[in-house]
Amino acid sequence: MNTTSILSIRNTDTPLHRFVERFFASRVASVSLFLLILIVLAALLAPWLAMQNPYDLQQLDILDSSLPPGDLSASGGTYWLGTDDQGRDMLSAILYGLRISLGVGVGSALLASMVGTAIGLIAAYAGGKIDAFVMRVVDLQLSFPTILVALMILTVLGKGIWNIVLALIIVEWAFYARTVRGAALVERQKEYVEAAHCLGLPWRHILASHLLPNCLPPIIVVFTMQIARAIALEATLSFLGLGVPITEPSLGLLIANGYQYILSGNYWISFYPGIALLIVIVVINLIGDQLRDVLNPRMEK
Amino acid sequence: MVIWSIRRLLQAILVVLAMTVIVFVALYAVGDPVKIMIDPDATQAEVARAISYLGLDQPLWRQYLVFLKNALHGDLGQSFVYATSAMNLIWQRLPATLELACFAVLLSIILGLPLGIYAGLRPDSVFSRVVMAGSILGFSLPSFWVGLMFIMLFAVQLGWLPSGGRGPTVTVLGMHWSFLTFEGLKYMLLPAFNLSLANIAMVMRLSRAGTREVLQMDYVKFARAKGLSPARVVGVHVLKNMMIPVVTVVGLDLGSTIAFSVVTENVFAWPGTGKLIIESINVLDRPVIVAYLIFVVFLFVLINFLVDLAYVFLDPRVRQATSS
Repeated sequence: MNTTSILSIRNTDTPLHRFVERFFASRVASVSLFLLILIVLAALLAPWLAMQNPYDLQQLDILDSSLPPGDLSASGGTYWLGTDDQGRDMLSAILYGLRISLGVGVGSALLASMVGTAIGLIAAYAGGKIDAFVMRVVDLQLSFPTILVALMILTVLGKGIWNIVLALIIVEWAFYARTVRGAALVERQKEYVEAAHCLGLPWRHILASHLLPNCLPPIIVVFTMQIARAIALEATLSFLGLGVPITEPSLGLLIANGYQYILSGNYWISFYPGIALLIVIVVINLIGDQLRDVLNPRMEK
Repeated sequence: MVIWSIRRLLQAILVVLAMTVIVFVALYAVGDPVKIMIDPDATQAEVARAISYLGLDQPLWRQYLVFLKNALHGDLGQSFVYATSAMNLIWQRLPATLELACFAVLLSIILGLPLGIYAGLRPDSVFSRVVMAGSILGFSLPSFWVGLMFIMLFAVQLGWLPSGGRGPTVTVLGMHWSFLTFEGLKYMLLPAFNLSLANIAMVMRLSRAGTREVLQMDYVKFARAKGLSPARVVGVHVLKNMMIPVVTVVGLDLGSTIAFSVVTENVFAWPGTGKLIIESINVLDRPVIVAYLIFVVFLFVLINFLVDLAYVFLDPRVRQATSS
């Protein structure tokens, strides 16, 4: 709770301070945030933390293939999570896989939030035919399940990190657009927007400096949840062989690679990347849940 | 209202048409099926003959028009890999997918409804809390991962259930069905449960919320005051009124269950359309991919259209809005 005390010295009643205080009121959310920071750090520092670069074939020892967790390597290190069929240390593979999974998830959510927010704001502000058209497209897209839309796009584009990011953006933007439009429609009725109009401010300025900041809370909640969804969807698509290429394996592709060995009892090749994926998704969801409770004024008791 | 229905129908047709254009044009840009399909040792003449046989030498718009004309006759082209029509392949695989999806939807009601009602009646009990926490996992965990865990636990470790495939089937009305034999059900249980997890979670949440809402109503208080047994109050008065949203959502969800069976079928090697599409994508069997995508889009637009129509019939408020 260091942040709380530092803030309280400066000013005890800023909105940020209230927000931080209420966020950390939940122990589950605090622990989740702590875990997420650890995971992100582990992913960022993977080249220094990992025992080997799992995709440098020269560092792999085929004699160490399919070792169970805890076995020693020929060179003296310990494979805490075992090795795969090519002698690759699973812990290293997971650390490198986390980089891809988190990168794709956060990157696509960021880009989708920008596209979706811009479209949603413009739709709410313009109203009329533009609004109706945008919302028709949003409804149409949301009526199709995400997996189907992503499948279609990747069938056409083929594998690749940027292709899957693009597919995730196309799948996700509609969620932001709908959320932002709803929030902006409410805000647009308020006096401060009217006042800004009367002052003769240009519409771009009103959108960006007045409407957008007031629509941020729901955007932040959707953003958090969509990161988890994007990571899960990317893992699913990679598992199906439509996602990331074999040279840049995410957690989903690691799980897929181990799939064929499950039946022969070498469970760890799939199991541990799966556990990593599970922790990432659950932790982000728990943080998102708490953010929704804190940022939603109706939930105040 | 008739005008509204016609307009809605035209709109649905427009969406399907637009999707055929997108799918056809987009897939045209991908890969060269000739390179994949034709033996690399083939002579120039053989290659040319194959290209004109497959119609690949025509300009794109003419290929599309031919495709559209044939599609209206229910013919979406010949599979490049299997010596049969693409639509035929989908019809062959469809019963397996539909059976799995229907069983999954059924499971979601059988399991989700009682759990949700219980959690609604006793929101503070430990069991309810565990179940509701579990429902969050049902929503957020990727289903392929849960499927793998099921295989590890029930098939590899415990050996209770088969790890994949469809097992024995019984032929009725010219189609193969699994649910008629015990052995077939054993093969279907894990994939169906896997596919239904998100639905179970949703039905549970809806029925919990519905139960809590209905319990506050005067007619429930009155039924209790009248001295009806708790079983009758819950079984008749509560159940009837909380079912409306549940039924709507479950109906709407049949479509997305079919879409998500792509994942489950590939985890459990279930020989349905979802496995077919992934196999076809891997070998670039263009007609089958196009046929599948258009078929699923058609299915979705149809389901959405029917649901909209049902709303209009059922809800007088919506009816009012459409007639004005």
